Amino acid sequence: MSETALEARHLFKVFGKNPNQAIRRLKAGESRSAVADAGTAAVIDASFTVNRGEIFVIMGLSGSGKSTIIRMLNGLHEATDGSVLVAGDPITGIPASRLREIRRDRVSMVFQHFALLPHRTVAANVAYPLELKGVGKTERLAKAEEILSLVGLEGQGEKLPSELSGGMQQRVGIARALAADTDILLMDEAFSALDPLIRREMQEQLLELQQKLQKTIVFITHDLNEAMFLGDRIAVMRDGRIVQIGTPEDILTDPANSYVEQFVQDVDRARVLTAANVMERPRPVVSENAGPRTALKQMRDAFMSATYVVGRDRKLIGIVTDRDVVKLIRRGQSTLTSVIKPAAQVVDEDEILMNLFIPAVESPLPLAVADAEGRLVGVIPRITLLAALGPGSGATGEINLPVLPLPQAEVDAVLDDGWTAEPSPNSPHTSNSPHTPDAPTEEVTR
Amino acid sequence: MNVLPIGSWVAVAVDWIKANLDGLLSVISTVVSFLVDGLSFVLLMPWFYVVILIAALIAWLVRSWRLAIGTVVSFGLIVAMGLWVPAMQTLALVLVAGAVAVLIAIPLGIWSARNATVRAVLKPALDFMQTMPAFVYLIPAIVFFSIGVVPGLVATVIFALPPGVRFTELGIRGVDSETVEAGQSFGATPGQILRGIQLPLAMPTILAGVNQVIMLSLSMAVIAGMAGADGLGKLVVEAISTVNIAKGVEAGLGVVLIAVFLDRVTASLGSLGEHPASLLGMMARRRTARRLAAVPAAAVATPELPVEEKELQNA
Repeated sequence: MSETALEARHLFKVFGKNPNQAIRRLKAGESRSAVADAGTAAVIDASFTVNRGEIFVIMGLSGSGKSTIIRMLNGLHEATDGSVLVAGDPITGIPASRLREIRRDRVSMVFQHFALLPHRTVAANVAYPLELKGVGKTERLAKAEEILSLVGLEGQGEKLPSELSGGMQQRVGIARALAADTDILLMDEAFSALDPLIRREMQEQLLELQQKLQKTIVFITHDLNEAMFLGDRIAVMRDGRIVQIGTPEDILTDPANSYVEQFVQDVDRARVLTAANVMERPRPVVSENAGPRTALKQMRDAFMSATYVVGRDRKLIGIVTDRDVVKLIRRGQSTLTSVIKPAAQVVDEDEILMNLFIPAVESPLPLAVADAEGRLVGVIPRITLLAALGPGSGATGEINLPVLPLPQAEVDAVLDDGWTAEPSPNSPHTSNSPHTPDAPTEEVTR
Repeated sequence: MNVLPIGSWVAVAVDWIKANLDGLLSVISTVVSFLVDGLSFVLLMPWFYVVILIAALIAWLVRSWRLAIGTVVSFGLIVAMGLWVPAMQTLALVLVAGAVAVLIAIPLGIWSARNATVRAVLKPALDFMQTMPAFVYLIPAIVFFSIGVVPGLVATVIFALPPGVRFTELGIRGVDSETVEAGQSFGATPGQILRGIQLPLAMPTILAGVNQVIMLSLSMAVIAGMAGADGLGKLVVEAISTVNIAKGVEAGLGVVLIAVFLDRVTASLGSLGEHPASLLGMMARRRTARRLAAVPAAAVATPELPVEEKELQNA
């Protein structure tokens, strides 16, 4: 999976009258505005690699050079300096016919404003790359129909593009790029011209398609939420330079500089961070072989009314409640098996926070997080979930817990005689008490 | 005093061409007179109402039945004024001149759209051709080809050429750059992009240019008459020299009637099949209806998610 599909090495693109001079000066360390007299530097020293099968998002505001970069990746813009390699083969400085061959067979593109041919039917548009490859008419139209159904446009092939809605037109654009059957797909602000509802739908469909087809996708966008939603890795651009490359979580939790930090401030964290990003060490949890007394002790220490039960391999089996366990102890039984109930709310570790709120509210315990094999890998107390939504290091750092209320007995005593007896040594006053390092109060009061 | 005798230099150049390129000139002359004479022969060969019916049919095909009726009426008027023969000679001249101008203008327009140097050279040349008083072209043309239809046609072509070149260039440059990039990004050659994307998308603009070329050719018909070309123009020139109001008005009216017909028909070429009352438009609608009837189920069951579901996803 980590094989390199596309590589950019020290790419420069300068528009204007004296690009080579501008590049010499940029390399010597002059700033973009300092070399403005020699030309407009659209891309400055951009280097990155795109792995096979990943979605690599290049994100930046307009004028940051992202559209120029993507056009250098298939040679629509010739790089002023530096090189682009497609699966190891350079596409910079090669003859035009060889470049056309690479575009036909290896790299296809989806455009912001669809760029469909308005005088051709949808099917003929999709078949266009095949036509350029010299595929016969019946064969390419059959293939076009097949790809149209893949993007959810079956039976629309005979229409003209102008008869379709924006979202459907862009599906035709994607179908056309897929018809070229290239490993690499360049998408230039592909969903930016669509309205928000359709955009979200298209993003989900793209991820679905990607799961099926495993293409290498370079996606350009100015929308950080879109970048975070789609990207396996994201490159953030500013003023022609790449300022940070990393996974969405990297960029959100560890911004490289204040610019990126400012940028990610209004990101919808609930859609980016996953359960695995915010979960804590699972507790309370007991082994299925443990006795009722162990379970009760666990619950007492964690201030919970129930505890998770795991089997061997840490597979989640269910929960037991304190009431049931107390009954077991009174009856003198030594195994928990008879009172284990299935855990109602278990979420996958890849689930985004957005989808955790309802389960967290319904769960009597901190929300259980399981991996693909069903092992209990962590829990998410509600307070952690809330803290993760705020900016800053809340998602991963320490959390200040609210002060626990005084024990009921103590309060009663004060109300009765106006004087506080010495608190019993094992009842906690505050969150700093050694017995309750991270027990959320809300669970205690249930 | 004439310090800079540009005129004499041009005269010398014209004499030189006449003396040295006589072979080429006589070939042009033969071909052009063959085309114009041939076309006017074809137009005058059948009964006049056959020609009128064909013209009306063309009008219905591209525009509407109303234009067809208008065509019958106006051509009938020409016949009634006894101008049928000169009118057909003028029509032949205009059609040949327009065709030659378009054949030269479109390649020139394509070339200048793709090459900045060509554009830089062509632009002042086109300005010159369009603003130079058209009569001036007649002088060397008559020197080269002597009196008759040929010098009139050559002057007409030079005068009518510029809008054809300009509209073609404008149309090709006006094609959405993303669409052209789409062609490039799928590996199309420049020729494939020109034929498959640029020309089809620029066609309405190019055809507007063709319309302009034909209208300018018609406006040159009178000037061609001064050079001795047969047709309505010759009648107008005769009317001027004899101060014959009746003849002048009738001949002028003939030009106007032909102009209206040519303008409406060529203007419709840019939007073929889109005029609801035209024969082609009716056929296009019937095709669409058949196509939609063939896939009713698929068209209804578009795979868009219902609205509530979409809202839930975004909630």
